[in-house]
Amino acid sequence: MLSALLGKKIGMTQVYDEQGVIHPVTVVQAGPCSVLQVKSVDTDGYDAVQLGFSEVKAHRASKPQIAHAAKANCKPKKFVREVRLPEPAADVAPGATVTVEAFDGVAFVDVVGTTKGKGYAGVMKRHHFGGQPASHGTERKHRSPGSISGHGTNRGWGGKPKRGKRMAGHMGTVRCTSRNHKLVGIDKENNLLLIKGALPGANGGYLFIRKSKTARVGK
Amino acid sequence: MSQELLNKAAEASFKKDIPPFRVGDTVKVNCRIVEGDKERIQAFIGTVIGRKGRKVAETFTVRRIVNNQGVERTFPLHSPRVSDIEIIRSGKTRRAKLYYLRDRVGKRTRLKEIQRGVEGANASEGAAAQE
Repeated sequence: MLSALLGKKIGMTQVYDEQGVIHPVTVVQAGPCSVLQVKSVDTDGYDAVQLGFSEVKAHRASKPQIAHAAKANCKPKKFVREVRLPEPAADVAPGATVTVEAFDGVAFVDVVGTTKGKGYAGVMKRHHFGGQPASHGTERKHRSPGSISGHGTNRGWGGKPKRGKRMAGHMGTVRCTSRNHKLVGIDKENNLLLIKGALPGANGGYLFIRKSKTARVGK
Repeated sequence: MSQELLNKAAEASFKKDIPPFRVGDTVKVNCRIVEGDKERIQAFIGTVIGRKGRKVAETFTVRRIVNNQGVERTFPLHSPRVSDIEIIRSGKTRRAKLYYLRDRVGKRTRLKEIQRGVEGANASEGAAAQE
């Protein structure tokens, strides 16, 4: 059984369990997703299932998008992702619908999303550098990275900064996987997943949710 | 739309039968205490000095004097561990948070009682419904 879904981050709230313990949860509107394509070793070189979520209006979709979805008798989708499988997909066919019921009995999930963009960020924010002292003669350099190289760095003589030296630059809007989130609740009526903790990206962003690959409990 | 979904997600945690108590009221809060496998109910009686938070995250603070020592407890309003809230008397207040009571001792901590009749109760219920 496929235990992966595509969804949309709605926002955070809190819920109580039977013991009266508060769980901070992120609400994700997950599915229903359509299976757009089933890939197999014979035709594609690997086994996977391609899922689509959130319909695009036909006049906004490209012709390849429409035709690709039509092969599975579906409308074109805004958010399409593949789920790699260790063995050929047996119980899924193109055009099938996957809902939150795919997560029945799953205790922990991994969530993949795109982080919020931070723009051009300095080293203190981007790489958690310590910055320079606030006083003792420091002037206009409180958040600077300090020295980035001397002429003795290990790229030989010539004083070039080491490759990969962490510096200021664009931060955010990158793919991020957040692992081992407890699945607190499933609302089948409204297609909602309640996932404990904060998830990557802004509210309204698209997420890929799968059964946790690494959680050791509740397997 | 997304706000609606958030509300639906937290709906199961939401209590619907909360009495319309206000800041300044003297209340008896019955809370469930689990000790091992036994459960008992402990009451905390005092003045409500503030309510804060929205919807399922709302909390309220109750203050009382125990052995000449001020004690405040903050309860999550919708927690299943808060089994019941009884309004004992209603006090007249002119502000939303009664933090000034912390600086007062003895008779000065009393609030003037107001009788909230049927009309008043309806008004406060209306206010609760609007929230």
